[in-house]
Order: sequence, then C-alpha cells, then structure tokens
Amino acid sequence: MDSIEFQTRAMALVQDGSLGYDQKLRQLATLATEAIPYPKISAECREALDKRVICDMFEGHAPYAPRYVLPNYEKAIQNGLQYLELPAPTDLDDALSFLQIMYTHVPSVTTYPVYLGDLDKVLAPFVTDAISDDELDIKLRRFWIGIDRMLPDAFVHVDLGPHDSRITRSIFRVERSLRQAVPNITLKVDPDITPDSLIEDGVRTVFETGKPHFVNHPMMVRDHGEGYASVSCYNSLKIGGGAHTLVRLNLKEAALRHTGSADDFLATTLPHFAELTAELTEARIRSLVEEQQFFNTHWLAAEGLVDINLFSAMFGIYGLAECVNLLMAYEGHEEARYGHDAAANALSIRITERIAEIVANRPMPYCAGGNDRCYLHSQSGIDLDDNVTAGTRIPVGDEPPMLEHIATCAPHHHLFPSGVSDIFHVDETAVRNPDAMVDIIRGAFVSGMRDFTFNLDSNEFVRITGYLVRKSDLAAIADHGASRHTSDHLAAGSENAYHLTQRAVKRVGCREQNPR
Amino acid sequence: MNRIPVNQVTTGLVADVINFSTVDGPGNRFVVFMQGCNFDCVACHNPQTIPGHAPVEGHHPVRVEIDDLVAQIRRAAPFIRGITVSGGEATQQPAFLHALFTAIKADPDLSRLTCFVDSNGACNQATWDYFAPVMDGAMLDLKCFDSTIHKAMTGHSNEQVLASIAHLQKIGLLYEVRLLLLAGTNDDPALLCKTAEWFAGLDPNMRLKIIGFRSHGARPQTPPLIEPTSEALHVAADLFNTVARFTIQVV
Repeated sequence: MDSIEFQTRAMALVQDGSLGYDQKLRQLATLATEAIPYPKISAECREALDKRVICDMFEGHAPYAPRYVLPNYEKAIQNGLQYLELPAPTDLDDALSFLQIMYTHVPSVTTYPVYLGDLDKVLAPFVTDAISDDELDIKLRRFWIGIDRMLPDAFVHVDLGPHDSRITRSIFRVERSLRQAVPNITLKVDPDITPDSLIEDGVRTVFETGKPHFVNHPMMVRDHGEGYASVSCYNSLKIGGGAHTLVRLNLKEAALRHTGSADDFLATTLPHFAELTAELTEARIRSLVEEQQFFNTHWLAAEGLVDINLFSAMFGIYGLAECVNLLMAYEGHEEARYGHDAAANALSIRITERIAEIVANRPMPYCAGGNDRCYLHSQSGIDLDDNVTAGTRIPVGDEPPMLEHIATCAPHHHLFPSGVSDIFHVDETAVRNPDAMVDIIRGAFVSGMRDFTFNLDSNEFVRITGYLVRKSDLAAIADHGASRHTSDHLAAGSENAYHLTQRAVKRVGCREQNPR
Repeated sequence: MNRIPVNQVTTGLVADVINFSTVDGPGNRFVVFMQGCNFDCVACHNPQTIPGHAPVEGHHPVRVEIDDLVAQIRRAAPFIRGITVSGGEATQQPAFLHALFTAIKADPDLSRLTCFVDSNGACNQATWDYFAPVMDGAMLDLKCFDSTIHKAMTGHSNEQVLASIAHLQKIGLLYEVRLLLLAGTNDDPALLCKTAEWFAGLDPNMRLKIIGFRSHGARPQTPPLIEPTSEALHVAADLFNTVARFTIQVV
C-alpha cells in the first residue's frame, strides 16, 4: 500500500458516518498494520494470496496478538490478577465485576474478547444456596447488559454445560428476556450427562434469540481434552490456549486452476495449494511469536493464563461444494451436485479426508496444542465471498430436507477439530414442540455431527456464520447507516451481497475484519 | 426369542411419508399418511386421500412394502421419538398398521420408538383392542360433540368417535383429542361447554388441542367456511379451562 492509498483509506474511515468513534479507532488500527511490510513469503504464496486462492482473513500484516485467545478464567478468578491489580473475588458481585474488567483487557483479532469463559463453571464457587434464583437473574441480567453494551461484537462468546446448573438456567432466562445479539453462546451437550430438560431450555432460548449453538461434547473431548471451548463463531480451541491465526484455502479457486481428473486433483493440485496455505500460516505464526513476541510480552502469558503450548493455528477450507461440483463436471457429470448426488457426496469425503491427511503430515511451529499440527477448520465465510459456499456447507437455498442434509454433512465433522458450521433451518411449527428439536439434536450427535445450529424462520435474530444479528439492526443500517454492534456492519455487507433475510436459510459470510 | 405373531399383510396404500414432523405427536416423528378415508370432511386439507375426490397433481398413492418403510424409519431413527400413522384414515388399513407397529416393536434398534395413530375415531372398539398391544397412543379428532353438526361436517354421525375416545381413555391409550373449530359451525359456547363436561367426566386432565380451521388447502365450500380468530380460539380454551384443568394447546 502506498502512502496515497493509505491516506485515502484512512480519510474514508474517519469520515464514514456509519461508524461510531470506537469503530473508527479499531479499523484505523487494522489499517495501520497494513502499512507494515507483510511477513516474508514465497512469490508463489504471494500470488495465491493476491488471487485469493488462499486467504489470510485480512488479519493485518503484522499480527501482534493471536487471532483467538482463550484465557483460563477459572485460574484467574482463583489467583487474582497482578497486572490489573485485582485480588481474587470473594463473592458473586466481586466475581462479575472482576470478569467485566478482565474482559476489556483480553485481545483477539476482533479487538474484543472472543471467549468470556465457561461461565457455569467459572461462577459456580460464588453461587451458593444463599443466593435465590431471582437474585441470580437480577445480577446476571445486569452483567449481561454490560457485556452487550461494552463488548458490542457478536463474536464475543460464552460457553455452558454439559452439566446442568442453576447458572446456565438463569443465563437462558436472562437471554430470553433481554434478546440481545451479544454474547454468542454454546451449550456443550454430552448425551449421557446433559438432561433433556436442559437441551430443551436451550432450544426454547434458540426460538427467542437464535442462541445457544449445541456442540457434541464427547467428540470435542476426544479431540481437545476436557479443557476446550467453542469461541467466536464455531471455533473450538483449548482453554488457556487458542489459535495464532487462521488461513483458509478456497477449494473452488483451487479446482478452477485444475485440469484433469478428481484423482489428479487429490494427488497434485490440492497438496500444492494446501502447502501454500501452510506456508502462509507458518509465516504469520513466526511473525506473531518471534517478531512481535506476543508470548514474551503479554500479561496473560506472564501470569500463566495463556500458555503457548496450548495454542495451534487453524487451517481453514471453504468452497467444498463448488470444488466437488467442478470436479464432477470435469469428469463428465455436470448434473451431479454436492448434497444431492451420491457420487458427489462420496467425492466430497475423499477431498476432506485428503486435506486432513495433508494437514496431519505438515508440522507447524508453536502449535503444541495441536500436536505440532494445525487444526483443520471448516471456515464459514466472510462477507467478501462471492459465489462460493462457506466451509463444507451445501449452497444456500439448495439444501435437501434435513435428514438428507445431516447425512451429507455429518461424515465431514469428525475431520474438523476446530469446528464446522452447518446451519439447519426449521419452520415455526417447531416452536410448539421443542422436544422435537431435542430429538434432532441428539440424533445429529449420534450421527457424528460436531455441532448443531438451527435458525428459526420467523426469528428476529439471524445467525450469520455463528454470530448473530437482529434483523431490525440490519434494517437500521440500511435506513440510517449506523449500528452500535461492529458485527452488524459486517453482516450488512453480507446482506447486500446475499440477501440473507430473504433466503430460505439465513446465513451469509462475515467480515471478520474490515477489508477494503 | 419370543416371536410375536404377525399377520399376513405386507403392504399398505400410502399417500405420503415424511421423515421429520414436529406436529404429529410428542417430539420429532416419522409420519406415514395412509390413502383412503371413511369420512368426507368439509374442512379436509388432504381431500386427495378421500376416495372419489379429484387427484392432486403430483399426488400418487403407492403400495408400500412394510420392509421398505421400516428401512426408511431405520434411517430416521436416531432423530425421532416415534412414528405416527395418519391419513387419510389410518384405521382403515388395520392389518397393515398392526403389522408395521409389530415390526417396529420386534426390531431391537427400533423398539424404543413410540407408535402413535392419528385418527378420526370412526372405527370400532375391536380395532383399538387389536392395536393396543403394539400401539403407544392415539390422537383423535372430534369434529363436533353434536351429532347433527358432526354429520353435516363429516357425512357421518359421531357415536363411534365418542365411543373410541371413551374406550381409548379407559385403556390408557388416549394421547390427546383435537378439536378443529370453524367459526359459526361448531364453536357455540354452550356446545363447547357440553363437550368440556363430557371430557371432564372421562379425564379432567385430558390433553386437548384446539385448532383453528385454516382455509388454505381446503376445498372451497358454499357458503364458505370461516376461520376463527386467534382470540376466539383462546376464548374457547379459557371456556374449557373453567370446566376442568385440561392441558390445552391452541394452534
């Protein structure tokens, strides 16, 4: 970027009437890092990046904080924080205040914390029998309003479960009464531990607010151990760790650069672009760890609340649907579509299994959290994506009925330890029968789904890729150009491109940062 | 292993099948819609299932093998709480229904699924007793407690329907009763009160579903049938609740 372009973009930002002061400040910071030279990569990698065959998610040129940071809040609350001069809290009010302060000091790529803790566990020591449910609701409600107003970004994420808890029940009540976009919520579900009544409480909360999303706890524990959380939108990572970066490979673009058979794609073209993705990932990790020295300088690391050994990086893929359809066409099967054709579905599995194999064979520095490998991730899109389907999803509007939809998607899920994002759509008759959704969620997990999210037709809330926006906020941006939620602006960009609110299934890519 | 005696019927005439339904009984259910009905209701939303009515484009009743149906149910099984046989009128093909339920109950992978019947109630007690060993519950429609109005609405009197409700209640297999209300036809407060008193005599906690007629999908009638307002449905529900503590859902 030359200085003229820098000035033009900076000027456009400071004069953008649709952005609040804080939003301008944060976007200017991102712009500034784009004026710094990019980490050293090969010419071939550079070209793939410029052509967006691979994509760095516009994280900036010099990463100075990991993309996703999952502080160990339980440890923080036990030990207190030296850096913030906060002693360990002794009661619930102290604990909520402690967390609220701490949150504002936790970095991430969004500039807001993407993980607020497994709050049922973090707060458990303070919620004694002396506190009634009504008192708990009042305190959590106040805390919840604070989160939405001070951290106005729908990637901010709370985890709950798999055990039942008064805190979880209270949070669901508060959620239903407040109907805020922030925070995003995950309910961890263990079929043997989580009672139907808690899943049902979650389902009823989804009907009101589009949250929580449900994750397959035993599957996550197999991949990460007990100390994991789902953060931002559908990113499952280790608590006390996180992801240094996320680089994603556009499988559609890779297929467009391929000639020949599907076998040949798996043998040559795919490994080629996967290695360029890995090269870019490695360069960005080294920049963060070795050049910017995050882990040697940040207080979370100094106080043992994050540990570099619990970090890895995310190897994202998207555009599987288009990739499959292109390869099927190259082989003379123009009509065979992912999600509708057995041969196309079988090819899709061969592709993701091949990618998993490549990632498992590519050592990555500073990724001890993933056994020195990246975590494979089915990436759910950003708002600039055009005519390419998120992750391993079936294209919007082309989804088969739910049973076939699950049967197509589920076989991929075990390959993606850091998350998959399929969204299922239900009509409003389900509202009168939340048990039916409990049945479907349980079935989805038996079928090997890693996580399950559904959108309700008539809901005010629309889940974009994992984060939520209110339709009324989108309408407000269209009408007056302003919203206090950063993520709403991302969604508005997507809405213009994808018309998500008019779609049978409501979803679009998200703009994780503010690309030009 | 104890072999459950099976009848010889291996196929049924089926109008349609859906893998997932949230509106045909408890939880998520696999639903089989049987072809054929012994009523001819003015408010029917699936008149193509009634013999003698004009076929609907794209609607082709098919003779389905029970084995094939069980295979379809097996695929949906992880996601469902049970199956419901609806219609048309499910009880018009009793041997098929019995054989299907028997096959479900005899299959170790499927035996946890509950087997429900959605019926107009126009069948005899012997048929219910025939189903009873393999059926987990029945959902019955009562079009009207007044037999004259019932006949005008369905073409038949309601004695058998009332007897079915009472009998299923007695043998513990009545899951719920559905009341389809048409404004000005079967929603007279005094009539509803009498209905409620009769229900209360059977079971004061009976599970009731009050459903407002919706003209979409039904055949045009002269004079036209009238949709009740949402408010009227809730007034009806309140009226039922003054009689007994029913469990009422308004749809």
